Amino acid sequence: MRHLLSIADLSKSEAISILDTATELARVSDGAVKKLPTLRGRTIVNLFAEDSTRTRISFEAAAKRLSADVINFSAKGSSLSKGESLKDTAMTLQAMGADAVVIRHSASGAAQRLADSEWMSGSVVNAGDGTHEHPSQALLDAFTIRKHLGMGASDLSGLSVAIVGDILHSRVARSNVLLMSLLGAQVTLVAPPTLLPVGIESWPVTVSYDFDSVIPHVDVVMMLRVQQERMSDLFFPNAREYSRYFGLNGERMANMKSGAIVMHPGPMNRGLEISAEVADGARSVITEQVTNGVSVRMAILYVLLAGGALEVGSN
Amino acid sequence: MTTLDYLIKGVALPDGKKVDIAIANGVITAVGSGIKDETKNVIEANGCVVLPGLVDLHTHLREPGREDAETVLSGSRAGVKGGFTAVSAMANTSPVADTAGVVEQVYRLGQEAGLLDVFPIGAVTRGLKGEELSEIGAMADSVARVRVFSDDGNCVSDPLVMRRALEYIKKFGGVIAQHAQDPRMTIGSQMNEGEISARLGLKGWPAVAEEAIIARDVLIADHVKSRLHICHLTTAGGVAIIRWAKARGIDVTAEVTPHHLLLTDDLASSYDPVYKVNPPLRTESDVHALREALADGTIDIVATDHAPHPTESKECEWQEAAFGMLGLETALSIVQKTMVDTGLMNWNQVSDRMSITPARIGGYENHGQPIAVGSIANLVVINPTQKWTVDRDLVLSKSSNTPYHGHELPGVITHTFFKGYATYNQGTVSSNGGK
Repeated sequence: MRHLLSIADLSKSEAISILDTATELARVSDGAVKKLPTLRGRTIVNLFAEDSTRTRISFEAAAKRLSADVINFSAKGSSLSKGESLKDTAMTLQAMGADAVVIRHSASGAAQRLADSEWMSGSVVNAGDGTHEHPSQALLDAFTIRKHLGMGASDLSGLSVAIVGDILHSRVARSNVLLMSLLGAQVTLVAPPTLLPVGIESWPVTVSYDFDSVIPHVDVVMMLRVQQERMSDLFFPNAREYSRYFGLNGERMANMKSGAIVMHPGPMNRGLEISAEVADGARSVITEQVTNGVSVRMAILYVLLAGGALEVGSN
Repeated sequence: MTTLDYLIKGVALPDGKKVDIAIANGVITAVGSGIKDETKNVIEANGCVVLPGLVDLHTHLREPGREDAETVLSGSRAGVKGGFTAVSAMANTSPVADTAGVVEQVYRLGQEAGLLDVFPIGAVTRGLKGEELSEIGAMADSVARVRVFSDDGNCVSDPLVMRRALEYIKKFGGVIAQHAQDPRMTIGSQMNEGEISARLGLKGWPAVAEEAIIARDVLIADHVKSRLHICHLTTAGGVAIIRWAKARGIDVTAEVTPHHLLLTDDLASSYDPVYKVNPPLRTESDVHALREALADGTIDIVATDHAPHPTESKECEWQEAAFGMLGLETALSIVQKTMVDTGLMNWNQVSDRMSITPARIGGYENHGQPIAVGSIANLVVINPTQKWTVDRDLVLSKSSNTPYHGHELPGVITHTFFKGYATYNQGTVSSNGGK
C-alpha cells in the first residue's frame, strides 16, 4: 500500500491488518512511554486546506508517537488561502522532502489528484476530501465497533449498523458504507429522501426514511452532523422538524438493543441530531472514537511508511 | 483548356462511387473519370473518401479575451486539421459578442486567418445575463451577417426572454441555439447525477435539468412558430422530447457532440478534469440513445463544442477546473469510430450530419454543397482505413485539453480544401490561407 485514498482501494485483509496493527499500537499509547521510533527521520506533512482541528491533531499525535517529524500546513494564513494551486503546494512539499502528505481538502478527489499526479512522490493519506471519503474515520469507527461488539472476531460480520443523517454530503458515510460492508456488517442508511444521493440504489445498503423502525434492530447507531449550510437549502423544512424525525434523543435510545452503541464522528450539534442525554449517556462511545483515532492513524502511517502491518503480538 | 489547381484521383464520393475531382479557380470543374487536363497538384486518393468540407455550428475560439486559450487563427488551424471549412464562433468571449462591433471583429479575424470561414454567433442577451436582448438586429445586419444566436455557457432560462428572442429572430430567419440547463437545478453541479456522482461525492447535474428546458422551449417555439436549435443534447430523455416535437411539426433541430457519442460519466472516477465538460458526460444508455438518434435523424447534426482551456484551468482539483474539452481535430475520427465503424451510419449520412445540415441551419452559403461541377471547392478527404494516435502535445489548438490523449482513432484526414485551396495537406496547415 502506497496511499490511503478510498476504502474502495482496500481489500478485506488489508483493512483488517490496519485494525490489527492499531490494536497493537494502542498498547503503546497505553504504556508509560508513548513513543515508538519507527518513523524517526521521516517527514509527514499535514496539509489541511480545510479547517479541521480534531482530525489534524489526531494525525499529528499519531505521527509524533511514531517519532516522525510533523509539519502542519493549514489553510488560514498559508499560501493556499492566497490562491496557490494544489499543484504548486504539492511541488513545494515535494521539494521539502515530505515522505507522506495527510491531506484534508474541500474538493472531492483532491487526495487522488495529488496521488495520481507527478507533482509529488510521497504517500498520500486522505483525511477527508469534500463530500467523497474520509477513510481514516471509517477505520477508527470500525476499530471502535470491533472493540465493543466484535466478540474476538477480526471482522464485523453479523453486526448491523445504522448511519443516520446527511448521507448526501457525508464523506464519513461514504467511507463507512464501504468499510462496514467490506467487513461483513449490514448497513442501513436513515435519512430524509432529500439527503440521500440519486444513484444510491447500487450501494450495498438498505435505505429507510423511518428512524424509529430501524432503531430496535441495529447494534450501532452512527449519527452524522447536520451542516449549518443545509438548513437554508430546502433539504428539510427546519431544524426542529429534522430533529423530530432524525434526531437521536433519550426516547429513541431507550428502544435500542441491549449492548447497542451510539457513535458520532464529531463535531456534534447537541440538540439537533443528537441530544445531550444521548451524547453523554452510557451507550455513547463518542470520546472513545477520538482516542481510537490516534491508534488507527498510527496504524495507517505505519502500514504506509514502515512497509507493512505490525505482526499481532509483536512488541 | 485551364490548368487545374488540383486533381483528386480515385476518391470515393460519400455514396461510395469512385471518381476523380478537378479543382480550378476555387470551384469544382469536373467530377468523373478520365480527366486529362494539365494539373499543378495530383492527389492520389485511392481508398479515401471525400466529403463536403465540415461545418461546425458550435466552436469556442476564445478571441477576444482569452487569447491564452485559443485565437481565431489557432482555432482555424485546428479546424482545418479536423477537416472543417466553416466554424461558428460562440458568443461567450470577453467582451461578449453581443454587439455588431464584436461580431465584426471576430468575422474579420477569421477572414484574416483565411483558413476557413468563421461565422460569429451572437449572444441572445446582453452580457449573456439572460435579462435584456442583445443587439440582435444590428448583428444580423452587420458584415458578419449573424443568423445563429446563443448564450451558450448559460441557458436563456427566463421563459419570457426566450419567447421574445424566438419571436424577434423571425424578422430575418434566424435561429436561437439554446444551451439547455436549468440554472437552479444545477447550482455547483460537477458531473452527471447518478450512480457515479453518488460514489464520487461530486455534485450532480441531473438529466432533468436539461430535459425540462428542452421540453419548455419546443413548446414556446411551437407557440410563436419560430426556429429553435438545441445545443449539445446529452440525454435519452432529451432525444425523446425532440422526437416528439419533430413528429408534431415543431421547427426544432438538435446537435450532439462527438464526446457525448463516445465517453461516459464513469471517466470522472479518475477525478481528472480533462473529462469535466458541460453538459456532462452521461451514461452508457444515453450514449446509445444519442447514437441511434443521430443515425435516424432525430438529432440533426454533430457539433464539436470545441472548448479550449489553458493548462492551469485543468491541472487542479475537479471542482475548481473549467468545463470543456477540445473537439475540432478529433471530431471526424470520433464520428467514424462511433457511427460509421459501428454500422450505424454511412458516409452519406456523415456528410449530411457534419456538413450539409449544419450549413443549412446556420445559413452558411457555399458550405455543405453537393460535390458537383460548379460548387465552391470546400472539401475534406479522409482515409478511413488508416489510424492515428492522439497526442495532446501535438494538437494545433493553443490548448491541450483533449480527452483522447493516447487514444488510437480511425480515420486520417489527408486534405482539407477551402475555396479550392488546400488549407491542410497531409499533416501541414497552409501558412497563408487561401491568399
